[in-house]
Amino acid sequence: MEPLNALVSVTNFMLIPALAYGSQLALGALGITLIYSILRFAHFAHGDTMALGTAAVIGGTFFLQAQGVSIHPLPTALLALPFGMVVLIGYLLITDRLVYRYYRKVKAKPMIFVMASLGVMFVTNGITRLFMGVGETRFEDGERFIFSVRDFRDVTGLAEGMALRSSQAITILTALIVMVVLFWFLNRTRSGKSMRAYSDNEDLALLSGINPERVVIITWVITGMLLVTAGTLYGLDKGFRPFNYFQLLLPMFAAAILGGLGSPVGAIVGAYIVAFAEMGITYAWRRVFTYLMPEGLEPESMMQLLPVDYKFAVTFAILVIVLLFRPTGIFKGKVL
Amino acid sequence: MKKLLLASTALALSAGVAFADEVKMGVLLGYTGPIESITPFMADSAELAFKEISDSGLFLGGSTITPVRADSTCVDSSAAQAAAERLISSDGIVAIMGADCSGVTMAVLQNVAMSAGVPMISPSATSPAFTTTESNGLFFRTSPSDARQGEILAGIVLERGFDQVALTYTNNDYGAGFANAFEESFLASGGTITSKVAHEEAKGDYSAEVGQLASAGGDALVILGYVDGGGSMLRTAYELGAFESFFMGDGMYGDELIAAVGEALEGTIGTIPWASGEGTDAFQELAEAAGVNASSSYTRESYDAAALLALAAQAAGEATPEGIAANILNVANEPGEPILPGELAKGLQILADGGEINYVGATNVELVGPGEAAGSYREYVVEGGEYVTVQFH
Repeated sequence: MEPLNALVSVTNFMLIPALAYGSQLALGALGITLIYSILRFAHFAHGDTMALGTAAVIGGTFFLQAQGVSIHPLPTALLALPFGMVVLIGYLLITDRLVYRYYRKVKAKPMIFVMASLGVMFVTNGITRLFMGVGETRFEDGERFIFSVRDFRDVTGLAEGMALRSSQAITILTALIVMVVLFWFLNRTRSGKSMRAYSDNEDLALLSGINPERVVIITWVITGMLLVTAGTLYGLDKGFRPFNYFQLLLPMFAAAILGGLGSPVGAIVGAYIVAFAEMGITYAWRRVFTYLMPEGLEPESMMQLLPVDYKFAVTFAILVIVLLFRPTGIFKGKVL
Repeated sequence: MKKLLLASTALALSAGVAFADEVKMGVLLGYTGPIESITPFMADSAELAFKEISDSGLFLGGSTITPVRADSTCVDSSAAQAAAERLISSDGIVAIMGADCSGVTMAVLQNVAMSAGVPMISPSATSPAFTTTESNGLFFRTSPSDARQGEILAGIVLERGFDQVALTYTNNDYGAGFANAFEESFLASGGTITSKVAHEEAKGDYSAEVGQLASAGGDALVILGYVDGGGSMLRTAYELGAFESFFMGDGMYGDELIAAVGEALEGTIGTIPWASGEGTDAFQELAEAAGVNASSSYTRESYDAAALLALAAQAAGEATPEGIAANILNVANEPGEPILPGELAKGLQILADGGEINYVGATNVELVGPGEAAGSYREYVVEGGEYVTVQFH
């Protein structure tokens, strides 16, 4: 029973939260990678755009709740997703028209684009806070648990318990579905193929008759959908607070760069590595080892590599190490 | 230009004359930030005392007190200092009722109030650090230090049979001071603390902190924080099955916590500075009549802090920062006629006649020198979604 208890404990406190967190990061990092490979710049407004999209979903959720619409046991927010997507895609296309299109026309350097996106970030950030305030908004409803710690203990009779929240399960499942659909789109459809061609070699793509503005619009549409999904899942899991979305920027970029910028598979793998590294390095392994080690050899210390406060430092260290030693990332993406 | 100058000087002079009998007092509390849900009631209570003084017509020969509110934010020291500076230099206040959270209160005291020589009475800064900080006799508080609350809470935890606990606190002056006080007396009484982890406010996810506490084990989790971070810690710990029993300090007390945490809170035991007796009842009646929510935290302490400032000014015979600072201890402690809430007029009269008073107020005020107050605590348990009093300490 002892190894089983160790496994349950580590699953409850680390594996499940990390898997959910990694899925949320993966959807965000996919957007970063898409924008980088098609529009060729690092989209700094990513986190705050995600917050704006989530704010729209929350607005839709509250409206539906007021109307008495519900899809119990699932959260109402899932029903409001399309509304959030429409709002955010509209917002992204308008910013593209007002800001980025000009810089594309004058063939500005990537760094100018990055600075422009920084400006967009501040504006977006302000708009979100105007509507939502800076405090926490909880919009999760429906059934909170698939199974709780107490259910689990009663059924298995183990000393350790394990809980699975609905929001975590929904996050992992939805992320999986979205990834499959995205890969199908990129590899099997005409629009997806034209996007890949455009990303691979811009001049050749133009010569073969691909309309660049259409590719740009499709990219924003897909990014918008990914962002709203990622943001809503994150908000359902952890509550909505604009500043936390801004802070997601670092792990999302770390994930995209670690996997290799421009490589969708890389973004997903990178996101899970970042999530597991953050959780694993700051996790206190004492309990797990107490179960696994023979009697008398139990660890005295907390068996923790870094204090919990250093979570973001882990991500930052990953980013620095990758940029120093393998700037192309795991899957040979482009160099930033 | 010359005319304009003359005109404005004349205007300033006439304004000075017109408001000569108006005394301004600052009410520096965190109207925004982590404790924004309780500060409006605290300010209302303080202003209730000021109004009582003004309405009596006995204050310094018929002067009135105008409270001026300013935002301490509870967490942002630079914003709190700017607000205090504005109160002093632009509004011309003579004393400050506030600030609230220990960190900003310390910042305002050391960087603004001490250089300007303005006295402060905080209703809710409970960090043990104030007991030992030299304030030039300018800082007082009406709530007791967390050193004592830590001691009492440690006693309660042990008494309930938990001698191995994990400890988490909000990462600021209040949390760290409280946690140290708790740890010290808990260890001294033979308990063991398996792990001590700080948590930040306003995070999305607390599972990593809870994971560390759970890994260290323990029979119960002691949380010394605020509704936001502390409440999330409690809920996460309950949902992950890390702990079944919880203890908490005064910073988390409030109906908002019950609304936010729900069933996980059931059975949680905690402490909060609380007074009982005729002074408290008198305040309750007074507040109800004025439509002020008296059952919220630190409303009594706020009323007392405000009343003390005004009574000290009366004892000095002048509403100046020096006069108020010098007389606070005299009016707060024995000897003298005991004064309850609602009897401020009586106190003003005695002081005007040259007599002595012992302000009892809503919380049985007894100031132990600058920076320290004696006080009593209420032990409560959450039952059926309500705070139920167990006993007073």
